[in-house]
Amino acid sequence: MDPSRKRAIRLTVALTAAVLLASALVYVSFTAGNKEFTASQLLARGKPGQTYELAGTVLNGSVQRDGTTLMFRIRDPKLPLSVPVRYNGIVPDPFAPGRAVMVAVEKGSAGTAYIGQGNSLTTKCPSKYQAAAAS
Amino acid sequence: MALIGRALLIMALGTAGFGIGASIHGARTGRREWVDAGRRSVYALAALATIAFAVLEDAFWRNDFSFNVVANHSSTTTPAFYKLAAAWSSQEGSLLLWVFLLSLWSSLILFLVRKRAWEITPYATAVLLGFAAFFTSLAAFWANPFTTSANPPAEGAGLDPLLLHPTMMIHPPMLYSGYTLLTIPFAFAVGALITGRLGAEWISLTRRFALAAWLFLGIGILLGALWSYTELGWGGYWAWDPVENAALMPWLLITAFIHSIMIQEKRGMLKVWNVSLVLGAGTLSILGTFLVRSGILDSIHAFGASTLGVPFVILLAVMVMGSIGLIVWRREQLRSDARLESLLSREAVFLFQNLVLVGMVFVIFWVTFFPLISEALTGTKVSVGPPAFQPFIVPLALILVLLSGIGPIIAWRRVTVANLRRNFALPVTAGLVTLFVLLFWPGGPSSRPFALIMFALAGFVLTSVVQELWRGVAARRAMTHDPVPLALVQLIRRNRRRYGGYTVHAGLAVLLVGVAASSSFQHSDDVILSPGQKAHVDGYTIRYVRPVETVSSQKIGFGAVLDVTKGGKHVTTVTTVRNFYPSQNPADGLIGKFFDTSNADSEVGLDQNLRRNIWTVINAQPTPLAPLINKGNSVFAAYAPQVMTKAAKLPPGQAQSAMNGLWAERDLAVTEIARRFVTHPWPTEFLLIVAPLVSWIWLGALIMGVGGLIALWPVPSFARRRERVASPARPTAPPPVPVREPV
Repeated sequence: MDPSRKRAIRLTVALTAAVLLASALVYVSFTAGNKEFTASQLLARGKPGQTYELAGTVLNGSVQRDGTTLMFRIRDPKLPLSVPVRYNGIVPDPFAPGRAVMVAVEKGSAGTAYIGQGNSLTTKCPSKYQAAAAS
Repeated sequence: MALIGRALLIMALGTAGFGIGASIHGARTGRREWVDAGRRSVYALAALATIAFAVLEDAFWRNDFSFNVVANHSSTTTPAFYKLAAAWSSQEGSLLLWVFLLSLWSSLILFLVRKRAWEITPYATAVLLGFAAFFTSLAAFWANPFTTSANPPAEGAGLDPLLLHPTMMIHPPMLYSGYTLLTIPFAFAVGALITGRLGAEWISLTRRFALAAWLFLGIGILLGALWSYTELGWGGYWAWDPVENAALMPWLLITAFIHSIMIQEKRGMLKVWNVSLVLGAGTLSILGTFLVRSGILDSIHAFGASTLGVPFVILLAVMVMGSIGLIVWRREQLRSDARLESLLSREAVFLFQNLVLVGMVFVIFWVTFFPLISEALTGTKVSVGPPAFQPFIVPLALILVLLSGIGPIIAWRRVTVANLRRNFALPVTAGLVTLFVLLFWPGGPSSRPFALIMFALAGFVLTSVVQELWRGVAARRAMTHDPVPLALVQLIRRNRRRYGGYTVHAGLAVLLVGVAASSSFQHSDDVILSPGQKAHVDGYTIRYVRPVETVSSQKIGFGAVLDVTKGGKHVTTVTTVRNFYPSQNPADGLIGKFFDTSNADSEVGLDQNLRRNIWTVINAQPTPLAPLINKGNSVFAAYAPQVMTKAAKLPPGQAQSAMNGLWAERDLAVTEIARRFVTHPWPTEFLLIVAPLVSWIWLGALIMGVGGLIALWPVPSFARRRERVASPARPTAPPPVPVREPV
């Protein structure tokens, strides 16, 4: 076979494989991903019985424990709002007030806390580039 | 001292600026003295950066809290080792570390090549000084480590307890060494593209630095994984966190580069690949530095929002645009000297390897930045975790392992049946035997196809490595009649690059076996236990024997002794502790500050051997002690001011004595309260994990590191031989005056 034709075939095969990989990647990203909701979005659009991925910062002074249940509030990044969360499951070591977290929650009935799904709580890496709490 | 530090930064910036101008002027005019001046600017920059770093370390050592960075990241009670390492736990200190390491490595390469590559080196010097100027200006004007406070606090804030771990302190210098070393082949590639000297010269000059970058980055990544496994209390070692991905991406690209350059050296092929890979790796190293400090992702996994985003974006844009522009400009000179003759050849295997590694980088890059991409495209931020990586990374990793076994034993240019029979029969047989044995092994991995394939491929790779070693030893013994161990040592000494590489491949196979086994066959349980109660995980019985508590000025620990048995036989006893570090928040109270749950870390109870790991962590919380803690806070809130008021009226010696008495009573109260965890234990949460072959990950990484060191070690002069390249570019003697290549 003519070498230039060989090269053209190889290039076509390689590009096709790359396009297929990229397409699969885009598809999986959108289907495997979870839409993040802030506290304000959850308050505005959340429906009882549905599960949402709630992202925000743990409100200072809101962390309490009742046995193995962790209770805290997640505040909205922009608005002066927060939502209460009750969570049972693995709590990552970096979890702390003021730290950004993400947790899958189920919206309960009006006025009740959002129920954190077991072992879904994740936190930011401990920040090396922010000062520890002032003395 | 802070003033000296600030002055040093300004001087360093001026030196870098002068050096850039001198190097470019020398390159364009052919005047050697300006080129030398540029090189000496790098030496001067290294000296200034070293002194500046020493000034900063001195401030940490002396607990000089007038330095803001010392006050915010260290304390009088921080252990000495962590005190010195705390310098780079801050944004400011880490930028200075970047400049320090970059200037050191730059000085080394320029010293080593001072009599060679007259055309390329000045441009490379300018690029290196450009990076140095960028980071120095960030340190000087945006995040200055020498800013001071007029009213320094009496005590510093201390280090985040999670960072009080040896691996976490060595991890940043390793990573930064990797990142800064990547700028060296980057700079020389730019110099080669500008001057048009695109043979193997720039590669031969910088190959070892690329390999050193690979080694240091790899060590940094390994230390991060170790820290995650032993410190973070979740039982894993890799979470596809953006911070982790930021280091992995350039490591993968430089892995591709150090393989791909062999093809250019031997056959003059893959020139575009090689410049692209090294420019990409250098750009990704800056991207990695940018990711962890700019807050650009602003997602759950990024940290450290700062104002440095804009300068980094500008630098990255310049690097990307510049790299693409230079490659397009020199595309004619980058044409291969030879053509790919067969897809069944070593050249093709290396090409496939490049494609696989670049594919992995693309996947990691896309998924890491997907929250931003989705927000830009749809207005909604979508977070993705490991489920998005694994469908792509796992198959690509399997292909990579396969190629790592094929590459060393396949023929150049075109395989023949004889070559296939001679080189592949044994490794393929070993892989197939491994596959079939494990397929029918009772309780084996037949239910986990990817793990099964990985084990079979590991058998193939390890056999191919052993086969090559055996043949080399046999050939050597035929000549020298040395005993086997001596022949092996001499073989490796005289072929360090080759056998160092084979060792790395073997280590990779071992490491990925560990990953496949531990992730596919892990068993875990999250339980609540009281003393005496048991849990069962993967056939092991884990009994909570007794609680333990420790009290010191630095922390309070609530832990548990756990006894592990299997089939009634004692296996091991482990102890896991949750430590609480004193809070600096006055609102927590004089007693409550010692039970601050937001300032805590875990000591994992770990028993590991080559077969399996038993990993335990306690999630003890002081919640039941809240009534006693609150009572203690109230008592001391009333008592302490009385003592302080009285002490204020006493002579200094007596006042100190009175205060010491107060703190002694406080410490006694804290100790008594903490003791309740032992005398009146409450049900406590444990995470228990049994996972096979986790140690193979660390062992495989160690083997890879040894292989890297072997490949990196200089060849003894008596064994040195000139590499034959198909596209020689190095002149046999330097021209008397460097001549600028015509555009």
